[in-house]
Amino acid sequence: MTFDWSAFFESFPGLLYGARVTLFVTLVSLPAGLLLGAMVGVILTYAPTPIASIAQVYVGLIRGTPMVVQIMFIFFGLPALMDVRLDGLTAGIVALVINSSAYLAEIVRGGLLAVPRGLQEAGLAMGLRFGQVIRYIVGPVAFRRMIPALGNQFVIGLKDSSLLIVIGVGELTRTGQEIMTDTYRAVEVWFAVAIIYLAMISLMASLLKSLEKHVRIA
Amino acid sequence: MSIIEITGVVKRYGSVDVLKHIDLSIASQEIVFLIGPSGSGKSTLLRCINALETVSEGDIVVDGLSVRGGKAEVRKIRLEAGMVFQQFNLFPHLTALENVMFGPLRVRGVSWRDAAEIAEALLIKVGLKERMRAYPSELSGGQQQRTAIARSLAVKPRLMLFDEPTSALDPELRFEVLQVMRQLAEEGMTMVIVTHEIRFARDVGSRLLFLDGGRIMHDGKPDQLLSDPPSERLRTFLQHVA
Repeated sequence: MTFDWSAFFESFPGLLYGARVTLFVTLVSLPAGLLLGAMVGVILTYAPTPIASIAQVYVGLIRGTPMVVQIMFIFFGLPALMDVRLDGLTAGIVALVINSSAYLAEIVRGGLLAVPRGLQEAGLAMGLRFGQVIRYIVGPVAFRRMIPALGNQFVIGLKDSSLLIVIGVGELTRTGQEIMTDTYRAVEVWFAVAIIYLAMISLMASLLKSLEKHVRIA
Repeated sequence: MSIIEITGVVKRYGSVDVLKHIDLSIASQEIVFLIGPSGSGKSTLLRCINALETVSEGDIVVDGLSVRGGKAEVRKIRLEAGMVFQQFNLFPHLTALENVMFGPLRVRGVSWRDAAEIAEALLIKVGLKERMRAYPSELSGGQQQRTAIARSLAVKPRLMLFDEPTSALDPELRFEVLQVMRQLAEEGMTMVIVTHEIRFARDVGSRLLFLDGGRIMHDGKPDQLLSDPPSERLRTFLQHVA
């Protein structure tokens, strides 16, 4: 076959529209996932056993099931189960938030545990409350060390948004699929889709790199 | 009037008694040195005073506040009793200045400007005028420990607890830390110091306690105990550390 450059370029306007949806979904769900994951991570690390066990079950359930199943469950299962009807975009965002929170919680837990115990003691010894020690000392120190792992999870999250194709959300992958059914130019379209993902992720990676550099503990 | 009153304190880890019935009363402005072999319980005793370790039996009252008095009371004790650790434990994400400002800001609730003023004065006092903007990782061990002392002082404690403050330092860096401690002692700060620096204890201490096996074996003037050890146990110990 010959590579049809015009089909390649002509697919871009449509794909970029899809990429905007992908970016929107990612930018909404990953910060929310991080917030939820941080809370679950703190509970996993510091809460008394009964509460920590609940968090463990949460993480276990989410890590133990495929994301597509979770998306399907939220979109098709919830309406049947308890009459909660979410549109595709919302259901997709909820799924991404919940899914990423479980992985992020484990990263947060690992980060908190890696902070030397002496820092916690130094904080307590000056009369700080435990919550203040976590907020002002252990948390910030852990966060700096977690950045590479968080970045990795964010990259995965961005790519996972392509799974929203199964509930018809018009993100990048879905848009690619639609254009391809119109034009039948599989190579050109998927090549273009791949390039756009690559560009978004490279941008994200370089932002994370500069954040890491900015807050590095010398 | 004693500032620390320890009565019948036992500290137990599982079935091991690390502290076996300690009674001790420390008066304001005393410079008390705790020495003893490792595992004798000296660090544990020190850490019980500001409730970093809980006591299994007995009670410790610091300036009228009990370590068994609940969270709020324990926090008050910790404001009264500053602590310096063997491993410095500076906050690595903050500069020396920010480390020292931290207590006044977050614990004493003073304004940013006042906290900075307090911190600068203290860092100058411990000889770190030129290094205020440095991060802990950019400081030598001795500089880190002096910053840590300044950080503790910034909360304006009435007494200071030192847990082997020079044990993680090279010999030539110990001196600068001991200098700062000597100055504090001369200013009348009440100090309880766990250390192996026997000569420093003799020079600066007003009282020396020798702990062995979770008990206070000797309690007296440093000069007397060190020049004429009353027991074979202390004599052997001194030969090993000196």
